Amino acid sequence: MKYAYYPGCSLSSTGIEYDMSTRKVAKALGVELWEIPEWNCCGASSAHLTDHLLALALPARNLAIAEEQGLDMAIPCAACYVRTKATEVEVKSSEEMQKTISEVIERKYTGQSRARALLDVFVNDVGLDSINALVHKPLKGLKVVSYYGCLLVRPPKYGFDDPEDPQSMDKLVEALGATPVDWAFKTECCSGAHAIAKSEVGLPMIEKILAAAKESGADCIATACPLCMCNLDMRQGQAGSKFGRSYNLPVFYFTELMGIALGIKPEELGVNKHFVDASGIIKKLNEAEGRRETA
Amino acid sequence: MKRVGVFICHCGSNIAGAVDCEKVAENAKSFPGVAFSTDYKYMCSEPGQELIKKAIKDHKLDRIVVASCSPRMHEPTFRRCLESGGLNAYLLEMANIREHCSWVHPDDKEKATWKATELVRMAVAKVLKNEPLQRSTIPITKRALVIGGGIAGIQAALDIANAGHIVDIVEKEPSIGGKMAQIDKTFPTLDCSACILTPKMVEAANHPNINLITYSEIENVEGYVGNFDVTIRKKARSVDMTLCTGCGTCMQKCPTKVPSEFEMLMTDRRAIYTPFPQAIPNKPVIDRKNCRYFTTGKCRVCEKICPTKAVDYTQEDELVTQRYGAIVVATGFDLFDHSVYGEYGYGKYKDVITGLHFERLINASGPTMGKIKRPSDGKVPKDVVFIKCVGSRDEAKGKAYCSKTCCMYTAKHATLVREKIKDSNVYVFYMDVRTPGKGYDEFYTRTTDQFGAKYIRGRVSKIYEKGDKLIVRGEDTLLGRPVEVEADMVVLATAMVAQPDAAKLAQMVGFSYDQDNFYTEAHPKLAPVETHTAGVFLAGACQGPKDIPESVAQASAAAAKACGLLSKEEMPTEPIVSCVNEAICAGCGMCVPVCPYKALDLKVIQERAHGKTITRKVATVNSGLCQGCGACTVACRSAALNLKHFTNEQILAEVDALCL
Amino acid sequence: MEKIELTKALAQGQQMLAEVTHESGGVRASKCYQCGKCSAGCPVAFAMDKTPREIMRLLQLGLMEEALKSHTIWLCASCDTCSTRCPREVDIAKVMETLRIIAKKKGYVAEKKLDQFHDLFLKSVERNGRVYEMGLVLGRNILGMQPFKDVELSPAMLLKGKLALLPHTIKDNGEVKKIFANVRKRGGKV
Repeated sequence: MKYAYYPGCSLSSTGIEYDMSTRKVAKALGVELWEIPEWNCCGASSAHLTDHLLALALPARNLAIAEEQGLDMAIPCAACYVRTKATEVEVKSSEEMQKTISEVIERKYTGQSRARALLDVFVNDVGLDSINALVHKPLKGLKVVSYYGCLLVRPPKYGFDDPEDPQSMDKLVEALGATPVDWAFKTECCSGAHAIAKSEVGLPMIEKILAAAKESGADCIATACPLCMCNLDMRQGQAGSKFGRSYNLPVFYFTELMGIALGIKPEELGVNKHFVDASGIIKKLNEAEGRRETA
Repeated sequence: MKRVGVFICHCGSNIAGAVDCEKVAENAKSFPGVAFSTDYKYMCSEPGQELIKKAIKDHKLDRIVVASCSPRMHEPTFRRCLESGGLNAYLLEMANIREHCSWVHPDDKEKATWKATELVRMAVAKVLKNEPLQRSTIPITKRALVIGGGIAGIQAALDIANAGHIVDIVEKEPSIGGKMAQIDKTFPTLDCSACILTPKMVEAANHPNINLITYSEIENVEGYVGNFDVTIRKKARSVDMTLCTGCGTCMQKCPTKVPSEFEMLMTDRRAIYTPFPQAIPNKPVIDRKNCRYFTTGKCRVCEKICPTKAVDYTQEDELVTQRYGAIVVATGFDLFDHSVYGEYGYGKYKDVITGLHFERLINASGPTMGKIKRPSDGKVPKDVVFIKCVGSRDEAKGKAYCSKTCCMYTAKHATLVREKIKDSNVYVFYMDVRTPGKGYDEFYTRTTDQFGAKYIRGRVSKIYEKGDKLIVRGEDTLLGRPVEVEADMVVLATAMVAQPDAAKLAQMVGFSYDQDNFYTEAHPKLAPVETHTAGVFLAGACQGPKDIPESVAQASAAAAKACGLLSKEEMPTEPIVSCVNEAICAGCGMCVPVCPYKALDLKVIQERAHGKTITRKVATVNSGLCQGCGACTVACRSAALNLKHFTNEQILAEVDALCL
Repeated sequence: MEKIELTKALAQGQQMLAEVTHESGGVRASKCYQCGKCSAGCPVAFAMDKTPREIMRLLQLGLMEEALKSHTIWLCASCDTCSTRCPREVDIAKVMETLRIIAKKKGYVAEKKLDQFHDLFLKSVERNGRVYEMGLVLGRNILGMQPFKDVELSPAMLLKGKLALLPHTIKDNGEVKKIFANVRKRGGKV
């Protein structure tokens, strides 16, 4: 199993632990990730909201490079995924669009190489059974709410999972030995970049999700998007203090949870880089593991 | 020399708005064989028909072309006109310059006029080749079949029976009564549904002209109007109807509990059961899928307990065939499955229920004895939300149409909640309130004004559970602001949809249905209870969403149509059937399996050739069964089969007129 | 409340409405039957001056200017909840995006900060091929006259290796620069 790996800008800064854990976990699962050399930014929502053609062209360059190698792209970041998927779908839908895009990027892209979300690759290509078979340290007793965000499962025509009540991350978490907790905010929007540019709008949106997660009784949140992570983890303190609450809800990339269950050291996965301290959870898991071993 | 008369209809502005009718009439004058051509505002009207009759006389016309609407609409009208003008009805040809021309080309008069001219040219070419055809007659079997024993089926059967004809009602459930039996009260009068339905059920059961065939389904239908041969599968009841007294002891002692379909799975019935206490016939059946004896081989409690030894495990399904002159289809509707709405919880929230669940919850003989209690924990709900148009008017996840009844039954439900739970709050999310009907809007006004239900104009976007509450998010579109309700229970007015096996039955009986599997009437205005298949009539919600008064009215209308048919001794048949030219038929038999009406067969003939007698096979057409579809003529490789009135020669004359 | 001259509005709005349909790849505002499901589910509706449904209504009546000047079109987070749930299958999010692009061309920017953010973001992409997040955060906060608003977060981010001080670049950014140039050549306002 080999994919053209597209980390995207966030994964070399705010989302560095997503990159670290993805690489480690892929290796453990036998998934080969060939990083697209000299990849460029997908344009994110900024290009999408500024110019239609630019939004399609920026990801097309990365797809074209992947296509030269005959590889599908594996994309961890949900935002990069949906923008790249949009390009793939548009190019596939008309020859005229294919021609225009190829002219703008001055490379050939025919729609052969597909954009795949990393979660999709792990759950549906590698498979839950294979992942489960490799679990060394099951996440026993850990209650997890899966937070998919808005871009991973919408629009439904791109989706590999249900747009209202997606299941893939919940099933993955279950395969890791943890307990998935059902909740109603799986696909509520975290406000995206609004949190940076307009926090009076962003923070209430973040707060709603955190409150719902807390109320569900979960120990932590699993996510598949560096922007969601930023908002829920890095801004958890801001959101909490604005509404006079303290959540203390660690947020993990699903790849980090996979790494822990596969027996990879948390530091190697970047878990220590979280803003909301996750060491309590790690300690609890280790203690439970120790008890099981002595028993 | 043949003399054709051409008559171009304006259809008011329907045709004349897009087609220059005078010019078409003028153009037609030059077509070969045309002796007279004119136009008129309404050709189908009395003066229009007189115009045709007079022209036949004055201009010695011997065949006629009428260019107007679809022949589906007025071909019978103009055929009658020709007959009273002294011509054979089949010397008429119609050019459809409305549906096929003016309605589809409203914006280009020049081209539409050209197209109309060409359509008339083709009709003239064909009518020159038309032959006079004679109708024959067939006898009519004086017995009617009603499929479905809900309120529509019961009403149709009673009306036919009261007119003196024998009627069989075939009902797939163990009891007649249908959906109306599940309903608690009826709008706008709030009278009890059972109180007005059950007397009708008893009347049907006791009527000397009505036979109830319950727990039975239609297996096969052959034949044609006046003589349908219908095979009915009587499912094994496992109870001998002649011995059973309906004492009900078996139902008390049966050890197997099964969620009751009648009670919307909110309480249990037994494996030997009647669907509800007022069932007719009030004799139980054994649900073999769940019966302990049938699943494990042990038990036989009901057999032991039965005082009349009526339980019979050895019964088998029985197939009976009966001939009927007319069929009334009254198979009713089903409810839309709201589990496609992820935003409403995919059907997994217990306290999000449908209107039919609610009917059982407020019914005195329902699972809660008429006390409104929510399914999850039995608590009396205080804040109740109703959501209309769930699955209706929703192209994305449901049906594009309006289900018509939900506005009124939701108003009824809202009223009943406010009446029964004094400190309750009722919120109705709606897009429009549609209450055309006698006393309907007055009822709705009382719901808001006297009973204080809060109507909020907006479609709900999301429902989710929070603790033991349901959070309902909508927009008050009249204020332009998002709103949220913390509800204890949510009732969805789910769409009325066709029965899951609706298409199958239609195909079996042989009539058409629409994209939503509702049965199609022959004409939306002028033939609302007929189907395109002669002798088959429609009643109730199988044809489209309807409330009780409308279903009953349509049932009586269907009955009147059936009675009209059954009151005759015999009826004329359409002479447009296939015929075989035996001289060139190769006897290949290709036509036999192609015929959807089983009208074609092979027969052996003897003939003299070169001084010898030889025998060979040729095709033969049963003109009683042939419906004139023409499928055989297309399959025939030697062109030995021809459909009268649509012969190869006639069709080619049309093609030549257009193309040469 | 100001009266709407419907005749005038419809006459003026027709052309713009056609432009919205064209630019959005065929999304027709006339399909909307004003049920409000979009606005009920919109996570940002609380901050908007008009609900998404009201924007659709403005378009239906030809009141284009009012739609283009609204804050709503800028506050839309493009989460697609509305489009996913619309019973009339109207891609509302796409309409918001299209209106924003048109508004920017016409110089109507109701939410300057959000617009500046996207401009800065794209500048970084054009210059470096990738996004330089520290630069972005700082640049935005200075332009927004709120320097170092995220100052409480910055040291921690640096400490955790989450903020790069130097821009991430790709070695030869000629290709990305060319993409921007080619889009501009085709009339793109970038």
